[in-house]
This record gives sequence, structure tokens and C-alpha cells, in this order.
Amino acid sequence: MTEQVIRRKERLDRGIKVRSDTVYAVSSWKEIFFLLTPRAGLIIVLLIAPLVVPSLYWQRVICIMGVYALLAIGFDFLAHFVGLVSLGGALFIGVGGYLSGCLNHYVGLPPVLTICIATVGGALICTLILLPSLPLKGVYFAIITFAFPIMIERIIVAANVLGGTDGIPNLDVLSNIWLNQYVILAVVLLSLFGLRRLVNEDVGVVFRGVKDNDQAIRASGLSVTYYKAIAVFLAAMMGCFGGAYLTHLYGWVGTSLFSLDFSVFPLVATVVGGPGTLAGPLIGCMILVPISEMLRAFGALRIVIYSLIMVVFILFWSEGLINWARRKYEQFEHWVKV
Amino acid sequence: MEILIYGLINSMLLVLMAVGFALAYSVSRVPNFMHGALYVLTGYLAWVFLNRLGLGYVPSVLLSIAIVTLMGWIVYRVAVIRVRGMPVSEIIVTFAISMAVLEFVRWLGLRGATYVLPVFYTKTVILAGVPIDFQRIAAVIVGAAIVLVLWIFTHYTKIGLGLRGIAQNERAALLLGIDSDRAATLALSLGSALAAVAAVTIIPMGNINVAAGYDVLVFAIAVCVCGGLGSWTGTVLAAFIIGFAQTAVVYLVAPHLSIVVALAAIILILIFRPSGLFGRQKELEDRV
Repeated sequence: MTEQVIRRKERLDRGIKVRSDTVYAVSSWKEIFFLLTPRAGLIIVLLIAPLVVPSLYWQRVICIMGVYALLAIGFDFLAHFVGLVSLGGALFIGVGGYLSGCLNHYVGLPPVLTICIATVGGALICTLILLPSLPLKGVYFAIITFAFPIMIERIIVAANVLGGTDGIPNLDVLSNIWLNQYVILAVVLLSLFGLRRLVNEDVGVVFRGVKDNDQAIRASGLSVTYYKAIAVFLAAMMGCFGGAYLTHLYGWVGTSLFSLDFSVFPLVATVVGGPGTLAGPLIGCMILVPISEMLRAFGALRIVIYSLIMVVFILFWSEGLINWARRKYEQFEHWVKV
Repeated sequence: MEILIYGLINSMLLVLMAVGFALAYSVSRVPNFMHGALYVLTGYLAWVFLNRLGLGYVPSVLLSIAIVTLMGWIVYRVAVIRVRGMPVSEIIVTFAISMAVLEFVRWLGLRGATYVLPVFYTKTVILAGVPIDFQRIAAVIVGAAIVLVLWIFTHYTKIGLGLRGIAQNERAALLLGIDSDRAATLALSLGSALAAVAAVTIIPMGNINVAAGYDVLVFAIAVCVCGGLGSWTGTVLAAFIIGFAQTAVVYLVAPHLSIVVALAAIILILIFRPSGLFGRQKELEDRV
């Protein structure tokens, strides 16, 4: 009779992880490299990407990937650090896009200026639109943010303002594809590392307090709505920049800026990449946007495929890619006999 | 007069669309974002059975309702049960399945005006100078019947009372031996069946299209949120308010705005009275 051997996987943190999670007491070159490799790796991959992709078409895909990444990072920030599940990516994109398009078309400002104004102004408008609904939580905030872009789109079509169904064509185009790619990648990296720094500052603690226990925040004499508004403003700024950028990438503004894609894709990217990490959504976008381009031949079936990917991930692998990779990187794993 | 009569009809259509969503949500707390997709799927299945497979009208309608009900059951048992209690994941799962269904149906070629279901009975009645076709009257009758049957079901049968128990206080209901998962499965299947019935009743007035899936979802959410969850009176009343407002706006302002009315209603209600007009069971702290 053979004895049954029961084994379990033992996980041990690597030394540097044990010492500190955020403040690194680095003592050797080896540890510096250990810490730098993932971060520098991501930056280098992103910076090299425009040089190695085969054609102009794929270079444009990189630009679009950047826009989705901005939305996804914003979504992750709002959902997992502030507790606002926003399905309003399309709202941010639409407001930013239309604002810069209108400034360009009706006032005649150059794209550099319109993008800057649309980023800040659009974010202000979005924050003001969402301000009354900020006290809501969970499902209800999601429903409201989901409803706004649909409503604005229908109003634009029904009232036939701002170009109606046809949109506003013939805007100024940013034609230098190299500049386009590096600008969006720089903004993505800047917002990624900026937000990561922010959530580890004092204000980040308040944000997480808003998510986990808003009564405690109120008891500390801080206004919950004020902090939510700041968070929404930050996320909206990223989204509005994306919208304004898209407008001048295509030289066209239309109601498709309010389409469902901009609300749903960040969600998929976050779920696949790893929720609550900020870098995860970016990784998710880097994987999913090219896949979705390759699947373009399938037409509507594409959305079916990535909906199913999303369901599978959230049901069976809800930690996402980056949390998994991080565990593998930061811990020793081995089997031990029980 | 037209506004009055068509407002009434429109309101009953909203009741039909919303009642399944309301039932599923109030019992299982799962926001069934598949609602619209199931609605469209029923229409498509009925069309396929009727025109491709050549089944009769009654069998194909019954069969499609049965399939959609089964689908609600399977989705709960396979998917939703794993993420129960995590609202974000629940939304993502049901919404993703809904998109998968809708876009799959679109891919199968559901476009244009060729996809129509036959009406129950072709005839137009003139009521107080306003012509109404029989299908709309039938919809009003079906809507009223469903509300009545559901009310009796949830107030006078053992299973129905169990469902209400779960909706009001899940823990207490568990203590009394009501299986929460079984109740939620039942609620979701029943909700899906109601979406299917709504589809069979409403679709003959127009054609089957994919966009209707999203519209029906928005209408259902609008009615439920405005009415306050868990309150039948609230749901019906909200349906009437939104229904009449929509009809008035469509007649007096512009025909494209009916969905804007629903969305505006959601936004206004959530901002000014977050627990809905008659929300009793839903504690306020959950929302604000």
C-alpha cells in the first residue's frame, strides 16, 4: 500500500519585498536591477514599439492603443482606488473630442492649443456634469455614467447641432506620425507613473478611504464629494486628452466618439490586465488592442470574442495578468510535503 | 386624446419591458444587464423557428420563450453564481454576455426590416377618434395580466412569498430555510421568461433589431430605478410617468427623444431622490 503524499505550494516573499513594499531600502546593484527591470522594461518596450511595427497602419494602431490605455488607467484609478465604477469613458472621449473639434472649426485655433484647452476644459465640463451624481455608489454610478454618453449622442443627433449625424469634417490633422506616437506614449507613461505616485501619497490614502469607508472620511472632517470630484477630474483629464487627440488624429468629429467601445474596452483591458494595479490596464491594452485589430476581419464577431474573453477572465482568473506575473516575480514558490 | 391613449399603451409596454428586470433585481440583487439581449434573442429565435424551420406560430413562440428561460437559468448557475455579491463583477459578467449575444445575433445577419414577427390578430379599432391596432390593445392586456399574476404569485404562493422573503432580508430568509441560490436562479429564469414574453408581445409592432436590445435595457433600468426597487406600485407608477412623458415629448417636441426622456428620468431621480419614488426595501446607505 502506497502512502498518499499531500503537497502544497509554499510561497515566500523575496527579501527586498519583505523589507518594505513602498519605501525601498536598496542595498546592492542586484536589488536595484530587481526593482528596475519591470518598470524599465515596460518603458523600453513602449518606446521601441513605434520603431519596430511594420507599417503606417500599425503605427496608427499604437496611437489608438495609447488612447484606450489612458481610458483604462483612468477607469482603474476611479474603480479601484476611489470606488467609483465609471462606465463613462465615452463621455470623456466625446466631450474632449467635441470641444477641441469645435474650437478648431468655429474659432480656428491650432491643434496644439485646442488639445490643451480641451484637456483641461473638457475635464472641467465632465466633472460638472457628473458632480450631482457623485454621492451615488456602485451600480447606480455605473448606470448614470453609462447613460450620459448615450443621451448626449441622441441629443446631438435629434437637435442636429454640432454637425448632427455627419459630424464636423475637415479639421486640422496632426500629420507627423512619429510625433503623434511619442506624444501619446509619453502622456500614457506620465499619467501611469504620476497616478501611481499619487495613490501612494497622503491624498491617495484619502482616496482609498473614500472607497472603503466614506463615513470615516466624513468623520475626519473631509468632504467625500470634494475628493471624488478631484478623482473624476483627473480621470476625465486623461480621457478628454484622448478624445481631443483622436479628433486631430482623424481630422474629424462625430457621434461615434460617444460609442460604447470607449466605455467597454477599458473595462475589458482592466479585467484582463489586472484590476487595481494601474499598470495592468496598460498591459491589457497592449495585448488586446492589437488582437482586436487582427480580429477586424471577423466584423461583429470581434465583440463577441472579447466579451467572452472578459467573462472567462472574471470568472476563472480574476486577479488578471499583472497580479499573477507580480506574484511569480516577487515570491519564491515551491512544493512542500504536508 | 392621442397622447392620452398612446401614453397609456406606451406605459404598459414599459411595464412589460421592466417587470422582468425588476423581479430579477429585487430578489437576487443581480442587475440583469442581459435583459435587452434576451429580448432580442427571443425575437430572433421565434423568427428562425417560424420562417426557417417552418414551425407553427404557437410552437415557435413557446419554444423560444422556453429556450430564453433556460438561458437565464444556465447563466445564473454557470456564471453569475461565482461572482455573487460583487456588484462590479456581476455587472461586467451579465453585460459581457449580453454584448456577446447581441453581437452574435448581429453577426448572424440580423439587419434591416425583413425580420418581423406576425401580429396576434390583424384589426384596427377606433377608440374615441384614435385608431389603435389590435396588437397594442393585446399588449396592454398582457401587461396588466402579467402584473396581476405576478402580484398574486408573490403574495399568495409559497414560492412567491419565499422570493419576497429573500428580497427583503436575505439572512432571515436563510434562517427560515429558503435557499437563496435556488430563489435567485428562479428569479433570474422568471425574469428572462418575462423578457421573452415582452418580446413576443411588443416586437410584432415593429421589427427585430439589435439596437432595441440596448434600448430595452435602458428603459427597464429607467423604470426600475425611478420606481424604487422592490415596490410593484413604484414600478408601475414610474412606468406610467415615463410612458406619458415620452409620448408627450415624442408628439410635441421630436420623435427621436424618447430614450432621452428615460435617461433624463434616471439621472434626475438618482440625483434628487436616490431610493426611487417608492423605494422601501433598498436602504439608503447602499446608494448614498
